[in-house]
Amino acid sequence: MAPFLEVKNLTHKYSAGTPFEHTALCDVSFTLERGEFIGVIGHTGSGKSTLMQHLNGLLKPTSGSIALDGTDIWQDKKTTRQTRFRVGLVFQYPEYQLFEETVYKDIAFGPKNMGLDAAEIDRRVKESAAAVGLSQELLTVSPFDLSGGQKRRVAIAGVLAMEPELLILDEPTAGLDPAGREEILSYIDSYRKAKQATIMMVSHSMGDVARMADRLIVMNKGRIALMGAPGEVFCHARELVDMGLDIPALTRLFLQLKELGLDVEPVYTQEQAVKALLALRGGNANA
Amino acid sequence: MEKAISVEHLAYAYPGVEDTPDIVVFEDLSLQIEQGSFVAVLGGNGCGKSTLAKHFNSILLPCGGKVYVYGMDTSDEEKLMQVRRCTGMVFQNPDNQIVANVVEEDVAFGPENLGIASPEIRNRVDRALKQVGMYEYREHAPHLLSGGQKQRVAIAGVIAMEPKCIVLDEPTAMLDPRGRKEVMQTVTKLNAEKGITVVLITHHMEEAAQAQRVVVLHQGKIEADGTPQEVFSQVELLHKIGLAAPDTVELCWELNKHGFNLPLSALDPDDCAQILLRFLEGLTRREEENWHLF
Amino acid sequence: MLKDVTLGQFFPGKSLIHRLDPRTKLLILIGYIVALFLAVSWLSYGVVFVFLVSCIAISRIPVKSFFRGMKPLIFILVFTGILNIFFTQGETVLVQFWKITVTLEGLIRAFFMVFRIMLLITGTFLLTYTTSPIALTDGLESLLSPLKKIKLPVHELSMMMCIALRFIPTLIEETDKIMSAQKARGADFESGKLMQRVKALVPILVPLFISAFRRADELATAMECRCYHGGDGRTKMKLLRMRSFDYYSFLVSAAMIAGVCVLRHFGL
Repeated sequence: MAPFLEVKNLTHKYSAGTPFEHTALCDVSFTLERGEFIGVIGHTGSGKSTLMQHLNGLLKPTSGSIALDGTDIWQDKKTTRQTRFRVGLVFQYPEYQLFEETVYKDIAFGPKNMGLDAAEIDRRVKESAAAVGLSQELLTVSPFDLSGGQKRRVAIAGVLAMEPELLILDEPTAGLDPAGREEILSYIDSYRKAKQATIMMVSHSMGDVARMADRLIVMNKGRIALMGAPGEVFCHARELVDMGLDIPALTRLFLQLKELGLDVEPVYTQEQAVKALLALRGGNANA
Repeated sequence: MEKAISVEHLAYAYPGVEDTPDIVVFEDLSLQIEQGSFVAVLGGNGCGKSTLAKHFNSILLPCGGKVYVYGMDTSDEEKLMQVRRCTGMVFQNPDNQIVANVVEEDVAFGPENLGIASPEIRNRVDRALKQVGMYEYREHAPHLLSGGQKQRVAIAGVIAMEPKCIVLDEPTAMLDPRGRKEVMQTVTKLNAEKGITVVLITHHMEEAAQAQRVVVLHQGKIEADGTPQEVFSQVELLHKIGLAAPDTVELCWELNKHGFNLPLSALDPDDCAQILLRFLEGLTRREEENWHLF
Repeated sequence: MLKDVTLGQFFPGKSLIHRLDPRTKLLILIGYIVALFLAVSWLSYGVVFVFLVSCIAISRIPVKSFFRGMKPLIFILVFTGILNIFFTQGETVLVQFWKITVTLEGLIRAFFMVFRIMLLITGTFLLTYTTSPIALTDGLESLLSPLKKIKLPVHELSMMMCIALRFIPTLIEETDKIMSAQKARGADFESGKLMQRVKALVPILVPLFISAFRRADELATAMECRCYHGGDGRTKMKLLRMRSFDYYSFLVSAAMIAGVCVLRHFGL
């Protein structure tokens, strides 16, 4: 069976054929399985935003292909449009795209464009608002009267209401405090579980990505520099630092411990760290 | 020591629109900031930290109490220009504070407003750009720079006015890790080398940890105030108000729940590694001693 | 892509033309335009043409960029040309069919008109290509400063122009982003009738306006923080100063204009 999403030799050049030509993506290939949570890391200009916009057909590859369930998304116009709805895209600072008079109408914008009937739209709006923790009373309020964090959640609900099979988020937690960050991440996780959706999250925050993702893609200069389970990727700490990326503080701590002669493997979550250190103490206690 | 900023019983409320009630931010807030210090003001979204920053150079005026900047009352209209000259402000969105479409022209904007003679402006602009490491970009258009570079230009624009104090309102919130590092290095350098007082408003623990003093603000009140070690060891308090300690402190705190006995002072991985190593070695030694007893 | 739009593009350089005082360039451009409209013969057009070509040569700006800049104006050029070919009365009839006559006079006139517009545009481009927008606004402010006496807000106008130039690329980028975001939610800007298309713009325009107001608000605060208090008592980092080659340039340009006038006087 064909993988859920298959990206093959994807290359994208901006302003192709002019003196300003600039290769944003170069020969990128990977596949995604249904239900997977994949994290994408890379600093600004590494091509991750360009990659995102290819996956739901906003940008057309200069060369290479993208297939959803084995069908090329650029096969015909209808498929391309359908892809927009199957692959949901939450941009960075999505709260700046709100435009309707009420929260309800704004969330309904996507489903309406899908041509759904009123009852279905209503169900989806209410469901997705609840999924991001917005109370029913807020639906009649103007989105511009909400706090920054609430606006962000309305914007995310607007994409969730389209019930995408693949949900892509670009820095969904940017500019939020630790409590706000946790909240957004938990909503994303519950959506994944509720809809068996595939999630792709772009983030600068290595800690968050590592904790949530099954697999990581590290982008650098338009290419995939590293790809694999978080544990594998963080083994390449030196390379990550050279690419201008941060590695989680706990991973750094464990690399340091290893250098100091302790028998530990790199970790990236607190849970793993606690476990490893408890084991180490146990080992000592038994010595 | 000279006080850079002195907030005395500050009360402030945003006036309500139409019939909505006023939004009270501060009821009675007092805070002193010493000349030459590097203070981080830490707090979650909506804790009033940006409102506080706007009081430091007369963008907002107290509804009650007083704010003094180098002894000048910020509500004294005659001192307005002097107050703003003493404390420069850098804001969150680098795009919305750059005025000109050439880097050096933007840096010159402040000194030009002060009515400084042309050759002196040139000197100041060059010096400021060199201090933030953006001199090579002086003839570039700002919109082609990276976020971190734009923010450094904004900082240069402020230091070209030769202030004694810089207030940065979440300067790194919109930047990637690389940009964040650039800005933090620049700010730390200015504080250390030029003795400029730095007030950094942030919700990033790792950045606050680089300051000499951390003030934690929650719902318009100061919840904690002290060195980073002192503040970040109060993990329960931080959790209660929706913040977190640096990952390494959180780890030690979690380990202590499992019977470890670690100090909560390790703000970075290197310190933490040392602390863990010492603790584990101590355990081993005790084991050996116990063994010798038998 | 919207990003490809270039507005009053500036090519940084160090040529003589680049280093001229912006006021000099503005005044010479005015003189040049006057000369262009005074020119009536092959010879006088030749004089103006040679003047322009030498200026371009000195500026070292690739000729290609002038043609690229003229692309959006091709329609106007062609339209002017056709209008003049068909609607000029003349005696030497070249082609005649149905109600349309093409005369030699018409052809010549069309050629002159198109040539004149091209010279006009190229001259203006030369100014914007060699002068940074800031220098240009400074120059305008300085030239217009006598108008302050009649309470014209010259400083404010030039400040506004400067800020507008600074924010055009930012807003274009923002429009691009909002458009992509709404497209991702299934908005369709490419199909439908006119009314539908106009309605489809609402999801772009509303966020764009809101963001522009937010930016304006933040920028105003940031400017206040940097002690901006209007044009009074404000100094400039770069003072405009006329140097000797500014005066030589005036001389050369004056000679060109005088030449055209003399030629016109003799009906050439």
